Amino acid sequence: MLVNQFLLLGAVLFSIGVYGVLARRNGVLVLMSIELILNAVNINLVALGALRNDATAAVTGQVFALFVITIAAAEVGVGLAIILLIYRNRSSVDLDDVDLMKG
Amino acid sequence: MLAQNVTFGILAAAATLSALRVVTTKNVVHAALYLVVVLASIGALFVLLAAEFVAVVQILVYVGAIVVLFLFGIMLTRPELGRSAGLDNDQRVAGAVTALFLLGVLSFVLVDFYGDDKLPDLSGVSRAQLTAERGTGAVGDAIFSTFLVPFEVVAVLLLAALVGAIVLARRD
Repeated sequence: MLVNQFLLLGAVLFSIGVYGVLARRNGVLVLMSIELILNAVNINLVALGALRNDATAAVTGQVFALFVITIAAAEVGVGLAIILLIYRNRSSVDLDDVDLMKG
Repeated sequence: MLAQNVTFGILAAAATLSALRVVTTKNVVHAALYLVVVLASIGALFVLLAAEFVAVVQILVYVGAIVVLFLFGIMLTRPELGRSAGLDNDQRVAGAVTALFLLGVLSFVLVDFYGDDKLPDLSGVSRAQLTAERGTGAVGDAIFSTFLVPFEVVAVLLLAALVGAIVLARRD
C-alpha cells in the first residue's frame, strides 16, 4: 500500500470538514465538521508513523492519535455545552445570529 | 496486497461519501448517523495500518461516546426532528471553492513529496513480533514511559473540560 492513499484520504476528509465548518450554520453540525477534520489528522498521524519500518515511530504515531482523540472528546463536551447555552439564551443554534461581538 | 488495496478502496469510498453527506444532508439526525459510518470506516482503516488499539479507542470513544453526545445535543437544541431548512448559510459556493482549493494544494504537496513511497510490508513479520512491537502492550508501555507527562497533562485537560462543561450547562 502507498502511504499517499492514506494521506490523500486524510486531505479529502479534511477539505470536506473545512467546507462543513464554512457552509453550515447549525452549531451542532459545525462541531461534527470539526470532528471530521480531527479524524483526518488522526489518519495522517497513524499512516506517517507506519511509514518508516520502525516500531517506535509506529507506536509514537499511535500515541499521538490517542491524544488527539482525547482532546476531541474534551472539545466536543465543552462545545456542546456552549451551544446548549446559546440555545437557552436565544432559542436557536443558528451561528449567524451570534454576532454580539460584531463591530 | 490486493486484498488490502480493495479493503482500503471500499473503506475510503464509504468514508468519503458519508462525510459528504454529513456536510450536505438536510436532516441533523441523519448527519450524526452518517458521522458514525465515517468514524467506523476510519477505525477499520486503523486496523489496516496495524494500529489495533487506536482502532478500538476510535470505536469506543467516537462511535460510543461522542456520537451519543451529539445526539443528546441535537435532542436538546432542536425539539422538532426531521428535515429542516436553513442548516446552511449563504456562503456555500465560497466554502466549496475554498475547500476545493485547499484539497488541490494539499494533494499537490502530498503527491510531490511522498510520490510512490510504500508503507513497509509487514506480511513477512510474525504475528507475535508485530503484537510485541506495535500492539496494545507496546502502546501502553510508550504512554507510561516516554509520554507520561503529556498523558498526565491530557488527563488534567479532560478533567478541566468536564468541570467546564458542567459549569456552562447547568442552570441556576
